[in-house]
Amino acid sequence: MALQDLYREVILDHYKNPRNRGRLEKVDASAEGVNPMCGDEITIELTIKGDTVVDVAVDGHGCSISQSSASMMTDAIKGKSRAEIEEITSRFRAMMSLDEDTAFELDPERPGAVLGDIEALQGVRQYPVRIKCASLGWTTLAEALKGGTDNTISV
Amino acid sequence: MIDLTHLKADFPVLENGVHFLDSGASSQQPIPVLEAMDRFARTSYANVHRGAYKLSIASTEAYEAARVRVSEFIGSADPSQVVFTRGTTTALNMVASGWGMEHLGEGDRIIATEIEHHSNLVPWQMVAKRTGATLEHIPMTDDFRLDFDAFESMLGPDVKIVTMTGMSNVLGTIPPVRKFADLAHGVGARLVVDAAQLVPHAPVNVEEMGADFVAFSGHKMLGPTGIGILWGKMEALEEMEPFEGGGEMISNVTLHDATWAPIPTRFEAGTPPIIEAVGLHAAIDYLESIGMDKVFAHDRELTAIALERLGDVPGLTLQGPADLDNRGGVVSMVMDGVHAHDLATILDEGGVSVRAGHHCAKPLMQRMGVAATARASFYVYNEEADIDALVSGLRTARELFGM
Repeated sequence: MALQDLYREVILDHYKNPRNRGRLEKVDASAEGVNPMCGDEITIELTIKGDTVVDVAVDGHGCSISQSSASMMTDAIKGKSRAEIEEITSRFRAMMSLDEDTAFELDPERPGAVLGDIEALQGVRQYPVRIKCASLGWTTLAEALKGGTDNTISV
Repeated sequence: MIDLTHLKADFPVLENGVHFLDSGASSQQPIPVLEAMDRFARTSYANVHRGAYKLSIASTEAYEAARVRVSEFIGSADPSQVVFTRGTTTALNMVASGWGMEHLGEGDRIIATEIEHHSNLVPWQMVAKRTGATLEHIPMTDDFRLDFDAFESMLGPDVKIVTMTGMSNVLGTIPPVRKFADLAHGVGARLVVDAAQLVPHAPVNVEEMGADFVAFSGHKMLGPTGIGILWGKMEALEEMEPFEGGGEMISNVTLHDATWAPIPTRFEAGTPPIIEAVGLHAAIDYLESIGMDKVFAHDRELTAIALERLGDVPGLTLQGPADLDNRGGVVSMVMDGVHAHDLATILDEGGVSVRAGHHCAKPLMQRMGVAATARASFYVYNEEADIDALVSGLRTARELFGM
């Protein structure tokens, strides 16, 4: 049944017990992402040391897909360099078929290639209207990584 | 309830287990409506007005016949008080801009409500900003009604216009417009009603309603998209400047000036929605063949069943009046631990179409302290089985989310 494929256990776990939730004390970069169609909102705050995102926090509200995706994303990027985060993000986008020219394949040799829990979001592809939900946190993260704390993006 | 034995066959889209519970957003069109538009396009279509040939004359007659039909349907004294627009949103913008820009200024007050659809809120925000008038809102009571006492205390000679929904698209609440109209008129204000949800679902007599302007859409009342109505009292329409300039709406034009055509043509610049008017005519015929009293009663019975059955679903909170009085067939739901969008996806898997989100009423969502609701709305083709499917889908959602 497709629904069980969409709402996998790990997704529901991140939805009910979101990781890295709240606000940071030291915010080096942040962004607010909104999906005006559905009203989902996500705020991403980052603490950056040199080239590394040493801490990340997510705040906001929305459906299980947007919130769990953002939660899994924080686990995946915490402690990672910008290059690694870029790699993870492009892997995620490829998995969601967001970049048509990037084929999705799991190559364990590539840094950041293993998406881990995030792979559970593959079921979302069967529900095209929900892909935007899954990508809200990631789009917001990309906006935050541009630097500054006054970023907002509408998806 | 309406006998659906034959009626259901008029809506082919509802075959094969489609439980369509989103008529509040847009209703389905029955075969007689589709056939009327098809027949007209095949036999009688041309642009309306001023055509000296047979097709244009036939087309003009059909377009004007639709105006007369709408006028009868809503109890208007005169068909020329019926202005065809693109939809409710355009109709409300016509009033906000065409009336508001002319008659509002610094120190004037506009009163709207907390429960409005964005289409009856944003146009007034725009006019307030441009004219310096202030915009205030009648609050909602905790039982999801408009606070009439608060409205009374807000009134004063500086209130120039009051604008309110005829039936909330989120709550189903039907405010007693007449009472509000009488008070508004007492201070010399004009009253606007967004009747997009009301006219399709309840018998409406605009003269008895007491409003100065009433707006509604064809596509929520079994008709096509692209056509709506602005009805106005003649003296109110006369106070309004045209929203758009162009063809059709003029009396005379020179290089630097123009005079306006009579009402309603003055407000219908450009080629109007002609085929859509024919479709709307057929939709009204269809609704009246059922009877608007029966349509309202049908929605009410379904709402009664829904409120009872949904009340048994654990973790589900209903946002809207708990009683059936002055309430339409709209039921908004919030489930603990399951977001409205997830509900909509899960329900869709069982063939149940509901709308999820803020329903273009973000201030109301804020007032209720929720980010989104899932909304089921009923119409003539819905039946108990649709509610069964809804309830079953809600239970599936709880199971999936481990509730």
